[in-house]
Amino acid sequence: MRTVYAISGGVSNFTKARDDKNFQGIVKEAYDQAIADIGLDFPTFTHLVDGSVASYFSDHFTRQLMAGIMAQDYLGLIPKPSHRVEGGGATGGICFQEAWKSVASGHMDICAAYGFETMSHVETWKGNEFIALASDVSFDYPVGGFYSGYYAMMVTRHMKEFGTTVEQMAMVSVKNHRNAYHNQYAQKRERLTIADVRNAPMVAWPLTRLDICVMSDGAAASILVSEEGLRKLEAAGAQIKRPLVKVTGIGRGTDAMRMSDRPHVDYDFFMENYATEQERSSDETRAYYKHLWDHGTRYPGVHSFRAGRTAGNMAYKMAGIQDPLHELDFVELHDAYTSSEIQTYEDIGLCRYGEGGPFAASGKAFVPGVDYGLQLAEAPICPVNPSGGLIACGHPVGATGLMQGVFAIWQLQGSIAEHYGDAALQIPNARKGAIHSHAGTGTYVTYSILEREN
Amino acid sequence: MAKLPSRRDESLGGYIVHGLPFPIDSDPESLAFLKKLAPIEIEQEYKITYLHSYGQDSPWFAGLTNRRLLASQDPVHGYTYATPRGHDMYSGEETNWIDITDRPAKVHAFTVCYFGSEEFLPETPFVLALVQLEGVNTLLLTRIMGVDPHQPSLDWIGMPVTPRFLRNSKLKPTDVYFIPS
Repeated sequence: MRTVYAISGGVSNFTKARDDKNFQGIVKEAYDQAIADIGLDFPTFTHLVDGSVASYFSDHFTRQLMAGIMAQDYLGLIPKPSHRVEGGGATGGICFQEAWKSVASGHMDICAAYGFETMSHVETWKGNEFIALASDVSFDYPVGGFYSGYYAMMVTRHMKEFGTTVEQMAMVSVKNHRNAYHNQYAQKRERLTIADVRNAPMVAWPLTRLDICVMSDGAAASILVSEEGLRKLEAAGAQIKRPLVKVTGIGRGTDAMRMSDRPHVDYDFFMENYATEQERSSDETRAYYKHLWDHGTRYPGVHSFRAGRTAGNMAYKMAGIQDPLHELDFVELHDAYTSSEIQTYEDIGLCRYGEGGPFAASGKAFVPGVDYGLQLAEAPICPVNPSGGLIACGHPVGATGLMQGVFAIWQLQGSIAEHYGDAALQIPNARKGAIHSHAGTGTYVTYSILEREN
Repeated sequence: MAKLPSRRDESLGGYIVHGLPFPIDSDPESLAFLKKLAPIEIEQEYKITYLHSYGQDSPWFAGLTNRRLLASQDPVHGYTYATPRGHDMYSGEETNWIDITDRPAKVHAFTVCYFGSEEFLPETPFVLALVQLEGVNTLLLTRIMGVDPHQPSLDWIGMPVTPRFLRNSKLKPTDVYFIPS
């Protein structure tokens, strides 16, 4: 497969409602920003781009089938090849990876990935209903279809088995909202305290409104190219930022639609099939897991995401990463809930299963130099969601995974100050980062590694 | 030959009645002003009645109507699913029905929903739970009654529970729910 570079991106401001433009107009904002960022004019880029991938989650929100071709049409990309992808909350991450495949395979030299969601067209409770239709409509939805409820059930189990606390979850909310304070693209730029999070209205016990992402309107776009694509664009006058950012690892996993159907495997099966190389090679970690299993833990159960672990292991193997906590300079992960950020720390190997709560509170996932108003015991090692994540940036579903990609490109280019208008969130000397996109109760998960070229 | 209508009948209602602002003239300067027009939003209703077949899972609902909780079992290895599925995901074999109504059960995980999807808002707060049944490999998503939704506690996890069935079946998975044993 060919080397793929992620050379630029754009993000519309994510907001509660964008009634000033239809979805095509919002996509164009992000798309135009991605083109402007490489210094090309619209007709020149349109002439050179080979095709695209379109990303949006729900036909219900748009009340429009084939919205992808309407965006393609509006962007002036017809009759070039394109297709729409959909995979719940992971739709944007899948879009990024499909664009990567188009370039890596040699099918395209220059591919645009764009995605959007306009969730403001219905009231929040109807939006919750649409999202809950992404659960089994025969067996799950009718019992009380509500994704916050599903995730709250996961975390009560996590709390019971591992001792995770609501204060640890609240620290994720404080971190991500405070990060977003420095990100002009974020929907919720707030300085919160743990008390603010816990005193917010209870939505699904123990998750409060500030443990949960909000619905948003927004779009994001990214441009992925081969070496040849790079040459073509620069020959046409493009000013592509250096250092270049390349995609060095791609992983994707799946799990049962009904989280009640996830297996509960024993220790040996876990170690053989799901443990990371790092976990397998450590006597201390094997003993730690044996202790967990001896006290009733089974994998993945409802507290863990096997799809995330599968995606992570696959991407790490491709990118040659052995110790993600110390080799990755940041991770933009799918924090639809504070609890799912904690669960995902464990899946992607930033800590061991069961240690996500203490990890969240330790300080290791915070951005250096940002004042969170918290006493953190440890220094940052691998900031998680330096952008503010879904909880604070917003979650216009089809755009979210691409938004993470754009923010990762800017981190690795070292261009955060230029794009955010504030240098506070620039990770010093960021060389490797990961983006993680997640659907359903953990049904589709994508994980992609981006790396700054030397 | 009868004269064919050349006008659509006007009806009451509609947005023009409320008078949308629009320039009197159509010169370029007047039309450029339209870019400052606030967006127009209209209501669109969308309502559909689906005929939803439970297909091969239908006997499970028939069981609830008859106050029996069924499960699907792989004939090869005995792997048992609390929520039915027609084929086992490991052997690929067609599953058999078994009766698990009287199996000991306990709460595996739960939440109390104080907010929800539009359809379920009138029922809030309600207790959602995943229940584990003895000898069954997967969990069952259900509602728990008989606990105070305003006093949730992690101690509910592990609590023994017993199935109850609606007398007037709705042919939905909520025809069964659980109460503390």
